[in-house]
Amino acid sequence: MKGGPDIVLLGPQRIDPVVRAAVIAPDIGAALAELGVRGRVALVTAGWQEREADDEPLVRAMAVPADNLRLHARSQEVFAADAPLSAAYSARQELLRHLQSFYRIRLDKTDDAARAISVRHVEPELLAQEWRVSVEQFRQLDVDHLERCRAIHAAFDDRWQLGSRPAITRHRDELRALIEPAAALVIAGGHVASLLNRLKLFDVLELAGGKPIVAWSAGAMCLTDRVVLFHDFPPYGSDIAQVLDAGFGLVPGVVVLPDAARRVRQDDRAGIGRFAQRMAPATCVAMDPGARLTLTGTRLRAAHAARLTPDGDIDREWQR
Amino acid sequence: MSEKRRALAELESGPRTREAVDAWFAGRSFPIVDGPEITIVYRGEAEAVHLKHWVYGLPSSQQLHRVKDTDVWHLTLELPPGSRVEYKLEVVRGGRGEWIQDPLNPSRARDPFGSNSVAHGTGYEVPAWIHPDPTVAPGRIDELFINSKAFGRRTFGLYVPPRFRKTRRYPLLIVHDGHDYLRYASLGTILDNLIGRLEIPDMVVALTSSPNRLGEYADDERHASFLVDDLVPYLERRLPIDPRPQARCVMGASFGAVATLAAAWRRPGFFGRLLLQSGSFAFTDIGDRNHRGPLFDPVVAFMNHFRARPLAVAERVFVSCGTYESLIYENRSLVPLLQSTGMDVRYVEARDGHNWENWRDRLREGLSWLFPGPLLLVYD
Repeated sequence: MKGGPDIVLLGPQRIDPVVRAAVIAPDIGAALAELGVRGRVALVTAGWQEREADDEPLVRAMAVPADNLRLHARSQEVFAADAPLSAAYSARQELLRHLQSFYRIRLDKTDDAARAISVRHVEPELLAQEWRVSVEQFRQLDVDHLERCRAIHAAFDDRWQLGSRPAITRHRDELRALIEPAAALVIAGGHVASLLNRLKLFDVLELAGGKPIVAWSAGAMCLTDRVVLFHDFPPYGSDIAQVLDAGFGLVPGVVVLPDAARRVRQDDRAGIGRFAQRMAPATCVAMDPGARLTLTGTRLRAAHAARLTPDGDIDREWQR
Repeated sequence: MSEKRRALAELESGPRTREAVDAWFAGRSFPIVDGPEITIVYRGEAEAVHLKHWVYGLPSSQQLHRVKDTDVWHLTLELPPGSRVEYKLEVVRGGRGEWIQDPLNPSRARDPFGSNSVAHGTGYEVPAWIHPDPTVAPGRIDELFINSKAFGRRTFGLYVPPRFRKTRRYPLLIVHDGHDYLRYASLGTILDNLIGRLEIPDMVVALTSSPNRLGEYADDERHASFLVDDLVPYLERRLPIDPRPQARCVMGASFGAVATLAAAWRRPGFFGRLLLQSGSFAFTDIGDRNHRGPLFDPVVAFMNHFRARPLAVAERVFVSCGTYESLIYENRSLVPLLQSTGMDVRYVEARDGHNWENWRDRLREGLSWLFPGPLLLVYD
């Protein structure tokens, strides 16, 4: 092993979110071929939740056979079999949702303060200084939130020792048997919280060891240090990007922004700049259809994607 | 020259024969919307024709002008961008006025009293999400009844989302005048579409109606008890409903909004989410008599009490009102009061009146803000 698995992150595969009947303009097949993956792969579609088994169009697009790990269904089985764990897990999720909403309120108020200060009629140098203070406040909120999430997960793991609960170990054994012979691990997008939780519950990335990983959208987000939720066009008008939780850190120093062309206000230079500064030193990468990041271990080997810059630009020619 | 001026000048300068007037009408659509102005046109013999509308701030009856020696009547008025105005025409013949829909305007809006013609200002578009979407799975609506302690037997509608599963827990939305929301504000289709687009979560929706809404909705303890002690427990016993206040919302329009706020005030913390549309939140700053009449007396008493001691009755409150409504003052006044309690409040105005399509058009923003769907979490 050269310090970690080969990892390829892709842009959206445009799978119909409702019926999942089609994969439009996919490049997953090409990515697997470039990695030299020709054999059976282990597939994670847990982000599709109850519809995780509807993988036929995706498997067709991959052009290699696949074993769907059925993480969502397995998690349902675990919760049905282990009532105390299920109750504790629900309570943990409830607590995380509360923290997320409190963090979100603090972000909104910080945003209000930043906007109120930004329209004051004072020297530009002072405004620039205040801008930096505002960015730093956002960064601190993000750090604090992530720390609190980590602490909750650590306490939960410590209390419940997932690796020794029969309801889980049985599945982990089955998953090991499916993953071991696989040529690669493929992680599709979908509901990022649901996916992240199930990858953690079954320790799938540990089971995958040094196998090549191809992931896109929510799957790609889970592999980074921080899962950052964003949407500049929600139906209720506007929203502010927020850290959801820690990812697995296999792709460090990158914030993945799937489908950014649709979700990021492209002409909002101030907003883009502030977001990039807030996430620095991580690189904010717009993963639109056709985008690709290739890593060996934790080293970014090749990039074909757009990058959000601290100056508020979208660098569409970013190549490495 | 503006389109309206050009059109009217053409009519007034041309021959006044029936054929010439027929030719003028041919190929034109009415009313004529021209920038910030709208021209209503009527054709027919009459002693007078009046525009009747419910735009607060404008005379509710305005006379159309007759083009001399013709049976053509017209009236131009200001219609700011994005406006939506419902109206009728009063045609006076033989000394008697008859209210009719504008025969030249195909756009109509229905309500419990019939239907009105609708004028759309520049920039107003009927939202795409109110129309049935064949790619979206529909929910199911059934009529049920409950034997309540508060009111005895009451029927209500129940919307259950597509792909309903007993293993999940669903938020609960209670809609005052829910059957009217279905009929006149396309609520069923809107729920299907917003759920299908991931803009709101899958949810269970109870659609209540009252045989005496003006009485029961005006801060009646029995009504609060009906919702909190009868209906919600009944639903929670039968369906996998999330019992947390954060997952409970109650909503309504006009007196239904009063019923919503009053129920939340009588049971603070039970409902985590409130959606208040064009609430009839009448109040007085001195004395206890409101100009709206005795039906509003209990509302005034409630609102005065609430204004004196505002409470954080829920966590999030969405308030909307039309700027052409007489209730705009009351709703604007309510917002800072709600905010002062620490509740998370969003207030939205639209250039529209006290009508069902105004309430329909605000549903997407209101529901998705109160109950954000998985859109922010889903990255395919």
